[in-house]
Amino acid sequence: MSSTTVGSAQGEWRVVLRHRAPLRVMHWINLLCMLALVGSGLQIFNAHPALYWGAASHFDRPLLAMDAVRGPDGKGHGVTRVGGHAFDTTGVFGVSNAADGQRVGRGFPEWATIPGPRSLALGRRWHFFFAWLWVVNGACYLLWSLASRHLVRDLAMQARDWRAVPRSIVEHLRFHHPVGEDALRYNPLQKLAYLGVIFVLAPLVVLTGLSMSPQMDGVLGWWLAFVGGRQSARTIHFVVMALFVLFVIVHVLMVVYAGPINEMRSMLSGRFRVRWPRTEAEGSP
Amino acid sequence: MNDERQRAERRRLLRALLAGGGASLLAGCDALSNSGRFVDLLSLAEPLNARVQRAAAGARLAQEFPASMIAPTFRANGSLHPQTPEYRALQAGGFRDYRLQVVGLVERPLEFSLDALRTLPTRTQITRHDCVEGWSVIGQWTGVPLARLLDLARPKPGARIVVFHCFDDLAGDGSRYYESVDLADAYHPQTLVAHMLNGAPVPIENGAPVRMRIENKLGYKQPKYLRAIELAPSYAAFGAGRGGYWEDRGYDWWGGI
Repeated sequence: MSSTTVGSAQGEWRVVLRHRAPLRVMHWINLLCMLALVGSGLQIFNAHPALYWGAASHFDRPLLAMDAVRGPDGKGHGVTRVGGHAFDTTGVFGVSNAADGQRVGRGFPEWATIPGPRSLALGRRWHFFFAWLWVVNGACYLLWSLASRHLVRDLAMQARDWRAVPRSIVEHLRFHHPVGEDALRYNPLQKLAYLGVIFVLAPLVVLTGLSMSPQMDGVLGWWLAFVGGRQSARTIHFVVMALFVLFVIVHVLMVVYAGPINEMRSMLSGRFRVRWPRTEAEGSP
Repeated sequence: MNDERQRAERRRLLRALLAGGGASLLAGCDALSNSGRFVDLLSLAEPLNARVQRAAAGARLAQEFPASMIAPTFRANGSLHPQTPEYRALQAGGFRDYRLQVVGLVERPLEFSLDALRTLPTRTQITRHDCVEGWSVIGQWTGVPLARLLDLARPKPGARIVVFHCFDDLAGDGSRYYESVDLADAYHPQTLVAHMLNGAPVPIENGAPVRMRIENKLGYKQPKYLRAIELAPSYAAFGAGRGGYWEDRGYDWWGGI
């Protein structure tokens, strides 16, 4: 890792190469794909905004359903049912405003879907194109991470990472910033989050997506049986999407908290500024 | 005080930037969706999907289910009760005058009444119907394997595509619903010319008197109210030339996920 040192009154700052070029490129392709996949996926979901468990749809008992119902005022109301509970979600789920201000019945609102207006055909085109791009990008990432030892060196949980989990939790809760060498390593919680996304969520979302294809029934029947059936696969696909969105939100919050300009630059040009304690002896205040 | 106002100003600016950025991102996606060239680019995924999944699955059978999983009502979609004159006349006569035609690039064009169709060997299967909208429903179908009819009609060497012509006018513009698949799907052992659902004649809403079951495809590729089966060199000459009613409206010919 190359670094340049800049001295200052408060302490020593170093600029290091944080992320290598292939990783930076793949990171942004990944983001592009995720945005397109979530938006087009919600468009597809809107064609039948309900989720079920099992092989087939039990229309009278969905796990989740977003409906438009006519209220006593004669207007359409969005009602979201989760299990046995019903919530009025007018404006967001079930019924929302279109770009022209018109109230329309649809699962997710226009601002959340690609394309905005209802089009299952186009939603499918977007979804399958970016699904392939995402899978190819993910495969490249895995190969590169293995070949460059990024996976083993930077991501894999070492024994000391496992031991450091409780301390890492405390440090997160106290909003402690790591400095020096520690700031250049992924902390244990960060590693677990990344590993979870790469090795649990990503395979899950690909397998549940692919197994929804009737053509793949004969090949992935074992998988459908394992997860409880095609409608279960569709539900899991949706839940994993929500977990991906949650991950992205937390990821962005952490970037903002850790210094958005520095972090953003480290993923754009690779350069990352880090504070370095002078020596162990005089470093403590 | 001044500081507070400045901060509020900055917050407002940030919010406007975020909202503006998000809105232009979405507007950009919609603009791209309206560009034919971009949609062509997106459509490159279709042959990739088709080839990879065909290579992985081949002619393997779709899942079949125990009778206990049959849905009490088989949900219907698209046309539910065709009102075209020829269909109304057939329905009025209890489908006694119904004739299924096998035509086009075949050595021996065929015509079957319902009774004649019922005397042919059948296959019965309890399968899952997957609508492109996302829902699934399980039912038991009985019918003549399409492979059997094709063997009787003997497709000519130039035949590549099987086109299904239907009685219903889903668009309401005087056209008729149609669909098409390639020979691999046509000869798939679970591809049936179905005349029974759950042990009874196919109900009107599910495609009476005869509909296609093509179990490795989504619902829109399994046409109801079947009138004729035509073998052709390609699907270019039918409808708007993209292989089916929904394909002409932007859906993929592949009909999978």
